[in-house]
Amino acid sequence: MIPAAVVFAYLALVLGIGLFGGRSPGEKNAEGYFLAGRAIGPIVFLLSLFGTNMTAFSILGASGHAFSNGIVTYGLMASSSALIIPVGLFFIGTRLWALGKRHGFMTPVQMFRDRWECGHIGTAIFVVQAVLLVPYIVIAVMGGGTTLSSVSGGLVPYWLGGAVVSFVVMGYVFFGGMRGTAWVNTFQTILFLSFGTIAVTVIARGMGGFSSAMESLLAAPATAPLLTRERVSPLYFFSYTFIPLSSLAFPHIGIFCLTAKRLSHFKHTVILYPLCMLAIWLPSVFLGVAANAAHGLPSIQSKIEARAALAAEGPALAPDVSAVAQRAKAERRAELRAAASGDDVILKLVEGYAPVWLAAILGAAVMAAVMASDSQILALSTMFTTDVFAFYGGQARFGQAAQVNTGRAFVILLTVVAYAIALVSPQSIFDVASQYAFAGYSALSPLLVAALFWKGSTKWGALAVTLWTAAAVAGVAVLQSVVPAPPPGAVIPVWAVGGTTVIARIAAGTTVFGLLPVVPMTLISALLMFVVSSLTPASRPGAGTVARYSL
Amino acid sequence: MALVIAFVYALHQDVWLWRSARPLVFGFLPVGLAYHAAYTIGISLLMIVLVRARWPTHLEDASERVGGYGGAKPPGQG
Repeated sequence: MIPAAVVFAYLALVLGIGLFGGRSPGEKNAEGYFLAGRAIGPIVFLLSLFGTNMTAFSILGASGHAFSNGIVTYGLMASSSALIIPVGLFFIGTRLWALGKRHGFMTPVQMFRDRWECGHIGTAIFVVQAVLLVPYIVIAVMGGGTTLSSVSGGLVPYWLGGAVVSFVVMGYVFFGGMRGTAWVNTFQTILFLSFGTIAVTVIARGMGGFSSAMESLLAAPATAPLLTRERVSPLYFFSYTFIPLSSLAFPHIGIFCLTAKRLSHFKHTVILYPLCMLAIWLPSVFLGVAANAAHGLPSIQSKIEARAALAAEGPALAPDVSAVAQRAKAERRAELRAAASGDDVILKLVEGYAPVWLAAILGAAVMAAVMASDSQILALSTMFTTDVFAFYGGQARFGQAAQVNTGRAFVILLTVVAYAIALVSPQSIFDVASQYAFAGYSALSPLLVAALFWKGSTKWGALAVTLWTAAAVAGVAVLQSVVPAPPPGAVIPVWAVGGTTVIARIAAGTTVFGLLPVVPMTLISALLMFVVSSLTPASRPGAGTVARYSL
Repeated sequence: MALVIAFVYALHQDVWLWRSARPLVFGFLPVGLAYHAAYTIGISLLMIVLVRARWPTHLEDASERVGGYGGAKPPGQG
């Protein structure tokens, strides 16, 4: 119970930081609540921006994925993000900041409307962005439920853990706005950056050193591939370099870029961002892999046994023509997958090898990472009040105070919806995140690039990108619900042309010519922006508008 | 600078270490993981060069507030 008590104390502390950190008597207007008055300092900007990008996915999802798939996890998500995100902040984030400050933009959609002189197309972009952001928020609720349930030894059930985390996040976002959220993110980032070093040291000692653990993994044919990337194709690996493009298009990152007080705050962020990635992801991935050698922990051994059973029964669990048999097989598959899931493996390691008091503190650090949904909730609230409420006359009719209150009401509504989805969603944290939100936002990234760098882009090009993204994400979701995932290692061809498989279903999702859907989705988006804009030159904005974006 | 960034992007695809676990760097880090850890540190060095050589100072001047945005107006407001 001690770890659970510490985690609950931590939650109370975070709520306090959010409530008191958010107090700023001089900022009662919408810009004050939603953007912290565009006055965030350099240290808070770096730590909060990094914390905003780190979710349950970074610690629980990463270590869980590494537990099952090995060291490839780091290259898939961490080192590619360490390059793409700082480069994006350098070229795109700084321009967003300058334009936001110059023209008073509070959201990317506000800028798109101005850039392409459109109204309802901006609303369409808002809708797609909002729908894609919800899964990202759901991840945090799932992570909160998993963490609280795990650190309390099951005393706090998953549904209650998710509810408590949702309530705390909702509380400080509601009262603290961007300023409170940024302070909480800063505190949490410091906590979970410290987590890696402490966890690695304690667990290494508990396991008798990592060298012997790695040698034992290499000696066993079943685990040796976890220390290489031989189970993943280079094409699949390459696909993942497209995923970090999503980070640039996420509204909460775009909006956060508007909060910096000075342009120079971006300097430290782009330089230190890769090192922050290293500090959080390397321990998470390494510990996830090392967990396979934790032979003394029954809770981890049961996962390894479930994974072995899934592999052994795999061919027998392939889709069946009989509906009854199909359902039974699907249930068995889901049962084994849930038992083999590594989402809580890092917590199991901490419980097994750390003294109780340290396990409690580390549990709080993990909780810090899983509570990163605050920025997404605030961003959606900002978008709704700015891009819908204010745009369609609400602010002019009712004033800025009503805009802020509408934003707060939206925070409550959104939290309740995300919680409800988290309760019924059976997919693992990693799957939900990568398949829908990340791929969708990557496909939306050509909007930002075209708006900032291409004078010839038009609103019809922007609409084409938006509709294509919505259709592609829906198509992948439908395909994956119609064609159940095969066992790990198996491939179900869905569409082949002349003997070449074009679309296939695999355990981790869907592939197109061996690539993840995010690659064709993003490339086709860019192509649509170019082709449709080129075909509609009459819709190009006026010279005055274009000139404002020639920075 | 664009070519340098493209080259670093290409270095991410380290197919030459695909099937190797050894040597274990520091006695415990598989070489594929150690490569990507070093790659991440290298990116930070690249960012230092980028910031020093290509920092967009002009954006600071371009950020001076000129009032609310002048694009599309809400329905019913012209």
